[in-house]
Amino acid sequence: MIAVGDQAPDFTLRNQDGEKVSLSDYAGRKVLLIFYPGDFSPVCGDQLSIYQEVKPEIEEKGVELVGISVDSFFAHQAFREKLGIDTTLLSDYEPKGEVARAYGSYLDAPLGFANRTLVLVDEEGKVAWTYESPNPGEFPGANVIFDALS
Amino acid sequence: MTDLGSAPVPAVGRDDHVRGEGEEGVLVYADLGCPRCAATWRQLREQAGRLVFRHFPVASKHPRSPALHSAAEAAGLQGRFFEMVDSLYADRGRVDDPHLWRRAEDLGLDLERFQADRRSESVRDRIRRDFQSGIRAGVTGTPAVFDACTLLRDREREF
Repeated sequence: MIAVGDQAPDFTLRNQDGEKVSLSDYAGRKVLLIFYPGDFSPVCGDQLSIYQEVKPEIEEKGVELVGISVDSFFAHQAFREKLGIDTTLLSDYEPKGEVARAYGSYLDAPLGFANRTLVLVDEEGKVAWTYESPNPGEFPGANVIFDALS
Repeated sequence: MTDLGSAPVPAVGRDDHVRGEGEEGVLVYADLGCPRCAATWRQLREQAGRLVFRHFPVASKHPRSPALHSAAEAAGLQGRFFEMVDSLYADRGRVDDPHLWRRAEDLGLDLERFQADRRSESVRDRIRRDFQSGIRAGVTGTPAVFDACTLLRDREREF
């Protein structure tokens, strides 16, 4: 897992609309990277739905939310529509899980997806806080994010 | 700025929705649009002791939830909170506005007041307060059931 104080590895991935988004696009702003196992899984849906409900309060603290999984951007688009969320979702699809690996979040075969991990990147692109779930079936409540931001 | 950092589940207060009798019971954060909550509600209703209901609408998952929680809260202002909750969980297929008016009528509510209350800021704030307390307590899904014994003991209200 990437360590607090490290420079967050830059990346360029496609969002749900197929547009390229880089971490460096967020320079000067705080961004919370939400690595999650996969679109349409029940736990991932619950996690992103709960975070959506408190997104205004998170943004009030100057933090933008960005979800990252190994799904294609087409799947992201459908997943967002199904959940009724507007959080940006990035596709760590090809090479599969490359960004999750760079952040130390990837779970190798037979799983083959990112563990449920939160990484807060500060305005200078450094890792300010991290959280890794004990297993992919559990996700941290939104209170954990607010604790980190306080 | 809203503080949603970790905090214990608040003790049962004067304006909490409480059903039943006794010093023991459960407190549930529930979503009126959630099928799992509807299934659990039957069991919760039947168990002995007090049942404390707190609002936890997840609108992105269940788009009609905010309207349903507002309807229940507005019914509560006329003393029929749990009757509205029972009605909503018993029939999850009819939840559009005309159905809510019908339910309000069946419960003998003053419809004009029901309509005004369910759209009021105070009702929205009341629901949001419950939701935020659930977030602070680490609720990640519904129904989230807590043993209410301590919460009832620490209560601010007289039953």
